[in-house]
Amino acid sequence: IKCLFSPFIYIVGLLLLSLLLWVCLVYFVGIYVFVSGFLLVRLEVNRTSTCEDVLQPGHEDPQVNFCSSKPRFRKVIILIIDALKIDFARFDPDNQSPRPYENKLPVLEKMVSSKPTHSRLYPFRADPPTTTMQRIKGFTTGSLPTFVDVGNNFASSAILEDNLIHQFGQTGKRVVFMGDDTWESLFPKKFHRSLPFPSFNVKDLHTVDNGILQHIYPTMVGGDWDVLVAHFLGVDHCGHRFGPDHPAMADKLTQMDGVIRSVIERLQNDTLLVVMGDHGMTDSGDHGGESQKETDAAIFLYSPFPIFAGPPSQDEPDVVPQTDLVPTLALLLGIPIPYSSVGQVLLPLFPSHQQTEGAVGGLSQLEALWINAKQVNRFLETYSSLAKDIPLESLSQLKAEFSHISSEYLSSLRGGRSPSPQLLSFLQAYLASVRDTCRATWARFNPFKMVAGFTILALACLMCLILSEMSLLLIRESSAGLKTSVKVAACVSVSVAVVQLYTHGYMEVVWCFAAGAVSSEIVFFWKVCLLKDSFVSKNGSKAPKVVGWLKLRQLLVPPLVVLMLRCASLLSDSYVIAEGRVVTFLALSLALYIPVHLNWKGLLLPPSHDSLKCAGPLPSMVVSPSAVRKESSTLLGCLGLLVGSFYLSLSFHGCREELGSCQPSLFLSPLSRLQDSRLKNLHYVLAVAALCLWTFLLRRWLCHYGNLNASGVTVFTARWILPLLSVCLGLHWAVGATPEDSFRNLTELIRLAQLALPRTAFCLLGLGMLLILCDPLTVFLKTRASASGRSSSLPPPRYRASTGISPQAELHHLIPQIYQRMRRSLDDGDVSGSSEADHRPAVEAYGLGTVYSAPVLLFSGLLGMGLLLLHPEGMALSFLLLLLQMASLLHIHASSTTLYSGFNVPWTPVVLWSLASTEFFHATGHLPTFPSIQWSAAFVGFPDGHTGTLLPATLVTLNTFASHILFAAGCPLLLFWPLVCEVRGSRGGRACGDEAEDAVMEMRLREHPLHFSAALLQLSTRYLFINGAQVFASVCAAAILRRHLMVWKVFAPKLMFEASGFLVSSFFLLFGVMLVLRVDVAVSRWFKRLIPEASR
Amino acid sequence: MWDHEIRAMASTHAIIASSVFMATVLPAVFVPGFSVYGTHLVWLYSVSGAVTAVSVAVFWLLGITPPTKKHTLGYKLSRLFRSCLYFFLSCLFFHSVVVLYGAPLIESALETFSLAVLLTSLTTLRCLCVLGPSVQAWIRVFSRHGAMSVWDTCLQITVACTVVGAWLGAFPIPLDWDRPWQVWPVSCSLGAMIGFLTGLVGAPAWIHYHRKQLTYKSK
Repeated sequence: IKCLFSPFIYIVGLLLLSLLLWVCLVYFVGIYVFVSGFLLVRLEVNRTSTCEDVLQPGHEDPQVNFCSSKPRFRKVIILIIDALKIDFARFDPDNQSPRPYENKLPVLEKMVSSKPTHSRLYPFRADPPTTTMQRIKGFTTGSLPTFVDVGNNFASSAILEDNLIHQFGQTGKRVVFMGDDTWESLFPKKFHRSLPFPSFNVKDLHTVDNGILQHIYPTMVGGDWDVLVAHFLGVDHCGHRFGPDHPAMADKLTQMDGVIRSVIERLQNDTLLVVMGDHGMTDSGDHGGESQKETDAAIFLYSPFPIFAGPPSQDEPDVVPQTDLVPTLALLLGIPIPYSSVGQVLLPLFPSHQQTEGAVGGLSQLEALWINAKQVNRFLETYSSLAKDIPLESLSQLKAEFSHISSEYLSSLRGGRSPSPQLLSFLQAYLASVRDTCRATWARFNPFKMVAGFTILALACLMCLILSEMSLLLIRESSAGLKTSVKVAACVSVSVAVVQLYTHGYMEVVWCFAAGAVSSEIVFFWKVCLLKDSFVSKNGSKAPKVVGWLKLRQLLVPPLVVLMLRCASLLSDSYVIAEGRVVTFLALSLALYIPVHLNWKGLLLPPSHDSLKCAGPLPSMVVSPSAVRKESSTLLGCLGLLVGSFYLSLSFHGCREELGSCQPSLFLSPLSRLQDSRLKNLHYVLAVAALCLWTFLLRRWLCHYGNLNASGVTVFTARWILPLLSVCLGLHWAVGATPEDSFRNLTELIRLAQLALPRTAFCLLGLGMLLILCDPLTVFLKTRASASGRSSSLPPPRYRASTGISPQAELHHLIPQIYQRMRRSLDDGDVSGSSEADHRPAVEAYGLGTVYSAPVLLFSGLLGMGLLLLHPEGMALSFLLLLLQMASLLHIHASSTTLYSGFNVPWTPVVLWSLASTEFFHATGHLPTFPSIQWSAAFVGFPDGHTGTLLPATLVTLNTFASHILFAAGCPLLLFWPLVCEVRGSRGGRACGDEAEDAVMEMRLREHPLHFSAALLQLSTRYLFINGAQVFASVCAAAILRRHLMVWKVFAPKLMFEASGFLVSSFFLLFGVMLVLRVDVAVSRWFKRLIPEASR
Repeated sequence: MWDHEIRAMASTHAIIASSVFMATVLPAVFVPGFSVYGTHLVWLYSVSGAVTAVSVAVFWLLGITPPTKKHTLGYKLSRLFRSCLYFFLSCLFFHSVVVLYGAPLIESALETFSLAVLLTSLTTLRCLCVLGPSVQAWIRVFSRHGAMSVWDTCLQITVACTVVGAWLGAFPIPLDWDRPWQVWPVSCSLGAMIGFLTGLVGAPAWIHYHRKQLTYKSK
């Protein structure tokens, strides 16, 4: 009992916090390393080329407009056949028994052989990722798009970079588009005319193609166009559905053959025809990765008049990179090359230098290359000034190369002599090396980093598991190898950095971090092994219990099986798409498992024969049948509430675009968008009611446990800030819901209110949290007048009798008992024999029993309100459900714990807690996709927008991960709740007539500080483990399925959301733990202050 | 020690399993256009009807049903009435549980209820046969020391297998394979049926294997 005042918790608490922080850091490093190898990041340059800046060679005069000169072609038809692999396009007359995909496009071969100066067929090599959206981006911008193009607007997928379509529009060309509707989202409002067809259903082979065929010929003949883009999807969908080796593919290719034939027939003289595939496919018909089968598509060029110098010669390229299409088309059509293109003009399409004399309007090879090189060099300079991801070495080398070429070219031009033939190859070499440099930087997965990140994460999960299983031992041994681990990590990462600096001249931060994390993990495992050995050698009898911690049977308990199922579900796109329901299903299963398990243990029904149950560090309790019955009914009632709120929460889900028939929840749209005024009123009333109930429940709970009596700042927060905040919220919703034109004379006031109300709420929230952190105590002290008479021989009345029998009053006075015991022990120490005093408490402390959980709960409640502010109004109901669910979960946990187990939090409630957080991520209208991010959250309180990016990013993050935050911050409650609910159980014991020990509630934690911190460590590492395992699973999914069709649509966004969710929840978990430790410090100070006073 | 009872159990289970088999095969012969996927509800009701009839008959013949305290007709009738009531209530219970698990509430209520009927006839009916209409006894059976006889252990195993089978049956539903057995509630009822059959085979085998460890308290 002495430890009630001891500062022991200081050291242990610091150790605990630093351990958790370290584990989190290791996780972060793992995620960072993996993501840096998986997600290729490129900075978008938002500049566009104009006619003025592409200068004719020879005229270094800014007045000459490039676009005004006559181009080679006036019109172009681009037929994109999705997934037209080069194997499909080739024709082998000797092949007697062609496979379904072979020899089905004879028209290409016929044209190439019969008109060699009119047409060419090349392999057309795409850059990974070979998915359609990325490819369209690639061959219109001429750049190498990556998964995350920074600067990209996530809300819409429109291409903001300079591109061909934009340039066509700029120079007044009419672009007509038909086919895959991806284009419509990439280039909104850029087309003169567009006929998009739905592309989502992969099973549908014909809708898009037939739609195009219906319109393409009339459009061609009609003449109201300059550029015609038609994107056929049938071949790709056929590949996905049947694979290339299927008769359906033969039909589809034959159809395409017919299309190309008829288009060629209708072709006019000034028109260029480009037939191309955007990517290839594997033998199973998939694409997305970087194998040659996926990257090698076909490109076929045809012009009604001869454009090539002769039949294909030796020096023509074997393979045309996809980026090369952009500058070629741009120069052939007389438009500027898009700003960020890194392609190289396709030389055979341009006349060589000697031939240009006389030819009208065409650029010679050298001129084209020179324009191209200048444009690429300009881009490179701009890009390198914005981003630092291109290695400096190669950058300076490229720069030197360009200045050399340019000086040679200009001098030869000035001198009037024909430039040397080497110049051509120099220019080509320069352009090729620029492209290679860029590709090396942007367009490749880095398998080493991926593997390293994967390993770090796996080890971190294992580490969490060990920490949670051996928390008590580790806390007792107190050092736990942490210091060594951190030291070793620092040393290793610094030495790796030094070695890198020494050998390469620069250092990659990723590898330093990775080395540090791995080494610290290894040191940790080594330390744990040592610790275990020493423990085994110390007390041999206990050894098997500790050694067997990682036995498979222990890991196959249902909660962990559910967790494994959850992780496995992240590996399938269908389950990720249906994630909200999958999580609900698993959580329900686990919730129903609790009573079944309890019943199996025979604890649900009162036992037929009496037995004393001794549970953990808690003193033994007599469990009477009536108490058991009561607990069971509470448990079943809470279970009903839990299941009900799970079911109701399903109605708040948003919809993924993949689920066609789904209707998003009605509550997701903000009030201002509702037209029907009755519906609007109903929604508003519901939301306000939910808000009031939220506030009321919190206050009711605090009041019930006597935490509202004191005069501290936390109580002030609960009494005043909480209601004020809800009033602010209600008013804010009302103001937001008013239609703009209804109160004309009040417009100014409304605008002011829209600005002021949320900001006031933010301020109140911040103030409340600060106050809670400042002084988290909610204990009210009442000194009895008779305190001085403790040595007198008054007849000792049971204090309980004097305070009435109402449970609330009883609760208020429960705590003196602990104080009494404390005093007794002190007295025993100081003055032996004066144990008479304990019958009448000198001091009554209201709310001491919930001194830990009250601030945590209040904090979560406040936080929840702040997060609710960032959501649409209808979500208030969902937040109320969240609160109810939390409460029922805690009660279930408390009941099942008082029924059989002890101090530690078992896996089941923790897994349920985490599943519930994922479930409410969905039930607050969020989805793990980028378009579903609620951007409007950034404008709450800032209706006119922001100047910086940090504040809106924070607001959107808080909005997106609201449920993660609430559940993580409330996680310590899982530890306290069984103690809070202890009263119920013990009262049952007294009803039986036994002289049961009085409940001391959370003061038990102070009696066993070691167990307390061990349990806290265990709880938080378990929660971290569960979340970390999910991150690990989505990392696995992204790594294994990186060639999957859905990788950029499903798995990569899921990974991003899971990783950021982990980041946010670990942060708030640490915050929650810190709050608990803060309370602990405050409580020990309080005791210290109290004792000298009282013993005076 | 338990040989006699195990043998009886194995033969009972063989009869029930063959009734399931017949309930699948016979309609295929007599009903035109019958298939387990296509006319799933027909199969479902034929199987649950067969299992119900056969189990009631077999358990009644075997005399495992707990002896009634009174032998008056009124008492027996009330027992019968209560059994029917429990059967129906259990259907409702399963229905609501399945709906809570995510089955559509209104759209395919008939399918969901049919699944509930199947589950009831595979689990609750057996409880009724072995323990009589007493929820207390049912709950008590599913605890570690709750089994009072070999039949109780067998009940535990078959019921657990059926429920787990139905639970596992829900797994393939969200997958985008477009198979006929992914349609609601085909996979769940098939899962329940497979689980039930596994339980029928597994229970005697498990009891036989563990017959040394099994001890029962007398009632």
